[in-house]
Amino acid sequence: MLDAHPTPDAVRPRTPARAAAVFAVGIAALAVCVALSLALGTRPVPLATVVEALFGDDASRDALAVTGIRLPRTVIGIVVGAALGLAGAVCQGVTRNPLASPTTLGVNAGAALAVVTAIHVLGLARPAEFLPFALAGAAIAAVAVFALARGAGDLDPVRLALSGTVLASVLAAWTSAVLLTSEQTLDEARFWLVGSLASRGLDMLAPVAVPLIAGTLLAFIVAPALNALSLGDEAASALGVPVGRTRILGGIAVVLLAASAVAVTGPIAFIGLAAPHLVRAVIGSDHRLLLPGCLIGGPVLLLAADVLGRMLLRPSEIEVGIVTAFLGAPLLAILARKATR
Amino acid sequence: MTNAPNAITAENLRIGYGRNTIVADLDLTLPGGQVTAIVGPNACGKSTLLRGLARLIAPETGTVAIDGDDVHRMSARALARRLGLLPQQPVAPEGISVEALVRLGRYPHQRALRPWSAADSAAVETALERTGTTALRDLPVDHLSGGQRQRAWIALALAQDTPLLLLDEPTTFLDLRHQIDVLDLVSELNATADRTVVMVLHDLGQAARYADHLVVMRDGAPAAFGAPADVLTSELVEDVFGVPCRVVADPETGTPLVVPRASARHRRP
Repeated sequence: MLDAHPTPDAVRPRTPARAAAVFAVGIAALAVCVALSLALGTRPVPLATVVEALFGDDASRDALAVTGIRLPRTVIGIVVGAALGLAGAVCQGVTRNPLASPTTLGVNAGAALAVVTAIHVLGLARPAEFLPFALAGAAIAAVAVFALARGAGDLDPVRLALSGTVLASVLAAWTSAVLLTSEQTLDEARFWLVGSLASRGLDMLAPVAVPLIAGTLLAFIVAPALNALSLGDEAASALGVPVGRTRILGGIAVVLLAASAVAVTGPIAFIGLAAPHLVRAVIGSDHRLLLPGCLIGGPVLLLAADVLGRMLLRPSEIEVGIVTAFLGAPLLAILARKATR
Repeated sequence: MTNAPNAITAENLRIGYGRNTIVADLDLTLPGGQVTAIVGPNACGKSTLLRGLARLIAPETGTVAIDGDDVHRMSARALARRLGLLPQQPVAPEGISVEALVRLGRYPHQRALRPWSAADSAAVETALERTGTTALRDLPVDHLSGGQRQRAWIALALAQDTPLLLLDEPTTFLDLRHQIDVLDLVSELNATADRTVVMVLHDLGQAARYADHLVVMRDGAPAAFGAPADVLTSELVEDVFGVPCRVVADPETGTPLVVPRASARHRRP
């Protein structure tokens, strides 16, 4: 089965103590990424100044850069990274497919197309208004990719990944077509569409709070069923898992999480694909540990990619969506080779 | 015989995929407390029947009941506490250990807020012990031999702790030694752990040896059922499998043993 990649650690039964240690290391890694995200950028700020800016009443330009720009950017990175990581893990569990993620299944592209269309047709300008369209687009794309991949029988992993890629390409082409017909839409959507954590205020998180929390709860509710589902549909049914219902609930969780992420930052690839693989390698494939692990692993990867984008072309910066697209392509190629072997 | 608990009754059962009817209007009772073997030629619907009994396929018409309780009116979880099924050639997720696999058998017994109980641990230990996989518990399932792997899967079904156990061709792709190991284990579970067993088998001699009750399927319907000694006659085997044969007494057990007639070229001079 195309699930975890066994390392000697991944197959040993996990004791609670060991799991706690792994989580502690993950949280420490996240803390490092948060510190880097607050300190690094066009104007590097010493960590002492970061601390002073956060907890003191420093009003220097450095301090304003930290509290006014980098703090919201970091918080949004944590929230969106967690949502994408969790969505990716549920995608892979529900489809039993290591290549699945909101990006490779076309869910992000569906959300993006719906938002761009709404900008074009309805003249939306405030990102707070994007959410309903992102949700609708993601949901339609999710249903479409299952219908495409379903065909005759069981979900073939490669067929599903291909269907998702085809769907994502079609939706992206469609998005380009919409953008090219209107310069105004292009201007408004360009920075959102590339996927970026920059220039997004914390107030953007308020409208997505409900779908994010609902999606997270739903994901945790289906976690034990995803473990049984990893044995195959028949064996899972025989264990009393309502297979169809589990897939639908998991799919709803993915749509809620991915659409919320896309509404805030635009589509960001790679995190949803990579975070579950990274976390599985250190904590195993039990979804009751994997899902919370992705709430840490997703933000770690997203913040690291964002900091990298800030450092590569200083004083200019590369949007995190471009960085992750570059990193995601080779990863997808490696995973695809493993899956088809 | 039919009054023992955990009898499965199918009434007027019709199962098919699309326009293709596989099991047609079948009425059958599998006795509780016994080992039933379902045999028949390829594509006679024996696996489909087993999957229909376990509710893995929805029938077009008819009912399946365990001791009179319609399985289609039970929740998935409630059914999974009464009936376990080992699918044909199940595939374990890569890297999963034997113990982690067997623990999944406790799924239907777990609740959201009290995930793992002492009863769960005890059931897993018993399942590992009975199948002789305790020493393998930390090994990844994909590193095991075919026979060990099949024992690990049976351990999962045992951890599920259901009075009824359905096995779909549990001996396929195993060598003779491992086939006998698996069948002896099944027989022991029936005798000492009070499990009602229904299994699909290919080998008529093994079916006759290990089963109390035999169902011979042909074209989606039972051609005969009953005690192996009554059912397995040379006429029936020739009729169902198209193989002229003699039926002799198994020198070890006295159960019927099917010996196909040799062509003239191979016959003893």
